[in-house]
Amino acid sequence: MNHLFEFLLRQGDNALVLGHRTSEWCGVAPALEEDIALANTALDLIGQTQLWLGYAAEVEGEGRTANDLAFRRDAYDFRNMLMVEVPNEDFGRTLMRQFFFDAFQVPWLDALQTSSDQRVAEIAAKSLKEAKYHIARSAETVIALGDGTEDSNARMQAALAYLWPYTGEVFVDDDVDRAMADQGVAPLPSTLRGQWTATVTETLTNANLVQPESGFAHAGGRSGKRHTEHLGHMLATMQTLQRSYPGAVW
Amino acid sequence: MYAQMIKSEATQDDPEMLAAFQARIDAGEKIEPKDWMPEGYRKTLIRQIGQHAHSEIVGQLPEGNWITRAPTLERKANLLAKVQDEAGHGLYLYCAAETLGVSRDELTEMLLDGRMKYSSIFNYPTLTWADMGAVGWLVDGAAIMNQVPLQRTSYGPYARAMVRICKEESFHQRQGFHIMMAMVNGSDAQKRMAQDALNRFWYPALMMFGPSDKDSVHSTQSMAWKIKMNTNDELRQKFVDETVPQAEYLGLTVPDENLRWNEETGHYDFSEPDWSEFFDVISGNGPCNTDRLNARQKAWDDGAWVREAMVAHAEKKRARKLAAE
Ligand SMILES: [Fe+2]
Ligand SMILES: [Fe+2]
Ligand SMILES: [Fe+2]
Repeated sequence: MNHLFEFLLRQGDNALVLGHRTSEWCGVAPALEEDIALANTALDLIGQTQLWLGYAAEVEGEGRTANDLAFRRDAYDFRNMLMVEVPNEDFGRTLMRQFFFDAFQVPWLDALQTSSDQRVAEIAAKSLKEAKYHIARSAETVIALGDGTEDSNARMQAALAYLWPYTGEVFVDDDVDRAMADQGVAPLPSTLRGQWTATVTETLTNANLVQPESGFAHAGGRSGKRHTEHLGHMLATMQTLQRSYPGAVW
Repeated sequence: MYAQMIKSEATQDDPEMLAAFQARIDAGEKIEPKDWMPEGYRKTLIRQIGQHAHSEIVGQLPEGNWITRAPTLERKANLLAKVQDEAGHGLYLYCAAETLGVSRDELTEMLLDGRMKYSSIFNYPTLTWADMGAVGWLVDGAAIMNQVPLQRTSYGPYARAMVRICKEESFHQRQGFHIMMAMVNGSDAQKRMAQDALNRFWYPALMMFGPSDKDSVHSTQSMAWKIKMNTNDELRQKFVDETVPQAEYLGLTVPDENLRWNEETGHYDFSEPDWSEFFDVISGNGPCNTDRLNARQKAWDDGAWVREAMVAHAEKKRARKLAAE
């Protein structure tokens, strides 16, 4: 197994799948400002996808492109964490997920800036600027919606309950993570858990939301061993043109 | 509809003030929110700017329909950015309308309950990826024809919104044309999609300029007020004259047997769209009217708890700050 390739797929697929989910909001957000902000987030994530998957394709060296990786792989070849592939459901879950993701991405990308791999460091530096902007907004929104009304608090609590079991996957180190840590490409994800928990606890407290007790974590996304049922549907939509017209230039 | 409203409102104003107002407009002055204006001017502008804003918002839907199916990462990003621009246009325009004393929420309610309209074009479906090309090329192209002159409209906030919007619309038009170029240079299936898109969007695009001048009784007052800068037929002709050579360049056939260059007039002769279809569409019977409004209604309803929570949170925050002082 090419560990660097796997590592890059994980970064790219997280950005791609979350960017796609976010793009599903186009035109139907709760307010015009949110439409614009969600589109902005989606755009940043699709841009990051191009960088990560572009580099992944180079590292693989099989002549594939970022677009081949995005549009011509099957679900079991995707390496995103499960959390980003579950459906948006409502604005509350969408923003809660974005916040959980951002709370990981900010310290993670920060650490990747000093990666032994120059390209990784460059992509991380560019992505970090965006992630910092994203977390300012997602944390603020989670707080507003948790604090807002009884109804909004209940909805955010439900979003939290749904997503919580998906938050732990990213912190479970595996062979790819250990190989990357050995090569100085990336820290072990488990080492970021404390920082993530501190950010999350602070924000959830300010949002009047109760952090679930359970430490249970679903797994299978980052390894590709068992995705949710939702990913296949997402890919069926996203990949339709590339699959229906192989080789066409768009 | 416009004319009737303008007449009944305008006659209530003092004739001397009306004359002074008209003199300012004739002198090329901009009218600003705090200036006196005839009630008919204000109401007509609200209607026009509101309809324009609603068109930007509803217009997100037919293109949003393909964001999740865009064929490459680049196309996905471009389309996302475009639809984001349209939301921004909606925002500028609602802000311009607000300077006339109507809130964004009020305008939204009027859209949802059918008191206000949006452009007929967005009641047509987007069925293949080529439609993303055709919409950018033809629909944004037609929008530009309409909006470039409006940069000189008499109402300051509207004119300034138009300046920002027009820059982005011409970018959208080029982006759409590039999608079409890729399609016509592609496989047989892609060429077929491109021609099919032109076939479906040509006449609806011509309808965007509104009914023929001989049937459009509302124009005179609006043109005197410089709310409307050109007649419908002038703009339609300009659009045809600019678009036909582009279609030829693409190797596509405009679906009009009567289309030909007229040496005498220096313009293309072309067939009028089916106006009975146009009136069907604006009265609610277009292919997508119900779906478009349902989608906006659903977004509005689904988002209600979010908007309420944001307001409640802002109030709580203010109260907490006051208590701490
Ligand atoms: Fe626009
Ligand atoms: Fe537009
Ligand atoms: Fe546009």
